[in-house]
Amino acid sequence: MENTIISSRNFNAYFGNVHAVKNVNIDIPKNNVVAVMGPSGCGKTTFLRCINRLHELTPGATSNGKMLLNNEDVYELSPILVRFKIGMVFQRPNPFPNLSIYDNVIAGYKLNGIKLQKKERDQIVESSLTKAALWNEVKDTLHKKGTFLSGGQQQRLCIARAIAMEPEVLLLDEPTSALDPISTASIEALLYELKKNYTLVLVTHNMQQAARVSDRTAFFYLGELAEYNVTKEMFTNPKDKRTQNYITGRFS
Amino acid sequence: MIEESLVTQNIKPAKKIFSYKTIRFEGAFRRSLVIVALIIIAVVAGIFLTLSVQSIPSLKSLGIGYLWGRTWDPVSNEYGALPFLLGTLMTSFLALIISVPFSYAIAIYLGEYNTKGWLSGFLKNIVELVAAVPSVIYGFWALVIIVPMVRSIEIKIGAAPYGVGIFTASVVLAIMIIPYAASLGRELIRLVPGSLKEGAYALGATRYEVLKNVTLPYTKSGLFAGLLLSLGRALGETMAVTMVIGNTSMMPDSIFSPGNTMASVIANEFTEAAHTVYLSALIELALVLFIVTVIINMIGKSIIKRFSAE
Amino acid sequence: MKSSLKIRSAKSKAFEILIIVFAFLITVPLLAIIYFVLKTGISKISWNFLTNIPKPVGEIGGGIANALLGSILIVAVAAVIAVPFGILCGIYLSENKNSRIARWSRLAVDVLQGTPSIVIGIVIYFWIVKPSGTFSAISGSVALAIMMLPIVIRSTEETLKLIPATLHEAGFALGLPYHKVILRIIVPCGISGILSGVILSVARIAGETAPLLFTAFGNPYISANVLRPMQSLPLLIFNYATSPYDEWHDLAWGASLILLIWVLLLNIGTKLITSKWKIQL
Repeated sequence: MENTIISSRNFNAYFGNVHAVKNVNIDIPKNNVVAVMGPSGCGKTTFLRCINRLHELTPGATSNGKMLLNNEDVYELSPILVRFKIGMVFQRPNPFPNLSIYDNVIAGYKLNGIKLQKKERDQIVESSLTKAALWNEVKDTLHKKGTFLSGGQQQRLCIARAIAMEPEVLLLDEPTSALDPISTASIEALLYELKKNYTLVLVTHNMQQAARVSDRTAFFYLGELAEYNVTKEMFTNPKDKRTQNYITGRFS
Repeated sequence: MIEESLVTQNIKPAKKIFSYKTIRFEGAFRRSLVIVALIIIAVVAGIFLTLSVQSIPSLKSLGIGYLWGRTWDPVSNEYGALPFLLGTLMTSFLALIISVPFSYAIAIYLGEYNTKGWLSGFLKNIVELVAAVPSVIYGFWALVIIVPMVRSIEIKIGAAPYGVGIFTASVVLAIMIIPYAASLGRELIRLVPGSLKEGAYALGATRYEVLKNVTLPYTKSGLFAGLLLSLGRALGETMAVTMVIGNTSMMPDSIFSPGNTMASVIANEFTEAAHTVYLSALIELALVLFIVTVIINMIGKSIIKRFSAE
Repeated sequence: MKSSLKIRSAKSKAFEILIIVFAFLITVPLLAIIYFVLKTGISKISWNFLTNIPKPVGEIGGGIANALLGSILIVAVAAVIAVPFGILCGIYLSENKNSRIARWSRLAVDVLQGTPSIVIGIVIYFWIVKPSGTFSAISGSVALAIMMLPIVIRSTEETLKLIPATLHEAGFALGLPYHKVILRIIVPCGISGILSGVILSVARIAGETAPLLFTAFGNPYISANVLRPMQSLPLLIFNYATSPYDEWHDLAWGASLILLIWVLLLNIGTKLITSKWKIQL
């Protein structure tokens, strides 16, 4: 596979005794958008959260297997280092309510105690907000609190905050499910732009979104990776019966 | 135009700040949280232990029977705590009885008749201020205002005109404990499901009838818990009571007699208790007070928890 | 049928009136106290009153400077002790809903909240005063700090519990270690609730006397030495109000007014903070 950036080998994840992710082997190529789909409870979000080691923060949550970023196993690195390289955007926009828009964008640096000069900070903020297609809307109100923005703008702020850290991979957990159709469309357009510089892994409930936005799609079912293919192929010619049933609407 | 390559080159955070110091501090922080939680447990355990240990001399030489001994005479080394148990029970229960109509009226008014608006906000603030006034100020004011009033009542009914006494202490105590049952009651009444009340209204019930037959029965156990909390507060109240109860160690024979409560006798005699058994007898009173108050509060709280869990 | 309806409506209305009367009767003693303390106390207050210590019986003049300084010091030290402990414990309880330690800790907080203040004073007497051989302001502060803890802990826990877990996750996803997520994101987010709990706890103990009876004990002279006995406003009021001397009664009235104003201001302050600083989540 061209230039794999993330791959998992025999990866399993558990919540206590519940086997949520079963033996997943996947290769994610660089600068691609990979959509991860499946019915509720199929393990797609759990798998995503294993990539940046957020899964283990839940009490009782464990995992085993290899999860490689550029051929290094993330489970052998410090989780903090991993999360610098792999950013995340969540389902509900979660800008820090007591910080301004400006401070939200550089929160990753500021709160980690990384000292930057004002010029550097301004550059990062402007560059990140521009890449997140939010700069023009907020450039005059950078000092205002982030919670005054609309849902779509808040989500773009969260994207800006994540990419300000210059990650190599950006994980997105159903980023538009809490947004209206117009904001959804603008974020989908954004994803297309972002993949030039980042690799995106996108969990989505919305098949049409996966079809619109992604290069490859992974279909999870009951914790297993049922099928993984180029998106066009997957939707026109699904090979696994479970995938066929899902796409044709047999189950949600 | 932003020089992106420069930006990404210079300050990739992954390279910049990672340090083992961070991991050590993270662990230390988590541990300190646990330690603090354990300290709180240790403090409470320590209170119980200290009181128990210091009561041992009294338990050894007087036995548990001192709790119903009628004479408290440190000079001749006689320690019977019944006058204080009686004083505590009388003042607390009398205070509770006096306070009930008022605290329930406030609870019903704020929970049912007028839940929002400036008048209800006004009353809420008044009730909170009543709880905020320091105990000594209640005592001082009662000494100057309530005591003469009670004295004139005593003269009218032919009792000894002390002014101070169990009754006076109960009156002050009643005022002080109203806020506790009132605010709890208000919350409970406010949370009665509208659908329940509407069912009764739809059958043609008047507001009073809905209150009587639906709202109050529904909140019965919670309102009782509120009484327990008020009682717990009354039992432990020291300063205002000490100032107007008359401070005698004799058995009270009517509500107009002067007397003492467990808390007030401790406040008065602790620093004078010269020898071991005397001091220990007082500490044993404190232990009894502690246990009883805590039990009553815990029962009240558990009733509320069960109520809000439903 | 109609007449019974009339009777029932009349009953309902009468009940409503009864409730309103009884409910608002509580304003009578409160306003009476405020009025009386104001009236009797205001004439005693002067610059002299605030800057002098009490004079021996028989001499005119004198003031409550020792009690003023003492109150401020004792309460300040109590806050310095109780606030960090209380907030940290509140953080622990909001982060660990079900661990065994958390359940016992919550139980302990409940017990502490219901403990009579005089009992705490007695226990601190045995823990600090007796071993150190002297009454001291610091022992009083420790006693007051123990009384403050349940309020600070409870309000911190309740405030932080409201903060959605997704904010924690946003912090972790940015590579923040646990202590930074808590101290630089979660706590600042809940700062208004925590702060109002702190001020509420200070308001609660500012007027407490019983815990100080056998700890700080009181001091007729002005002193800033926390290792020695110290006077405080509630102690002064108690001792002087129950004394037989009129001049001392005057001092007690002036002190009562100051204490009342202080406590009322703190309570109002709490309300303002809770309403103005509410951070939108």
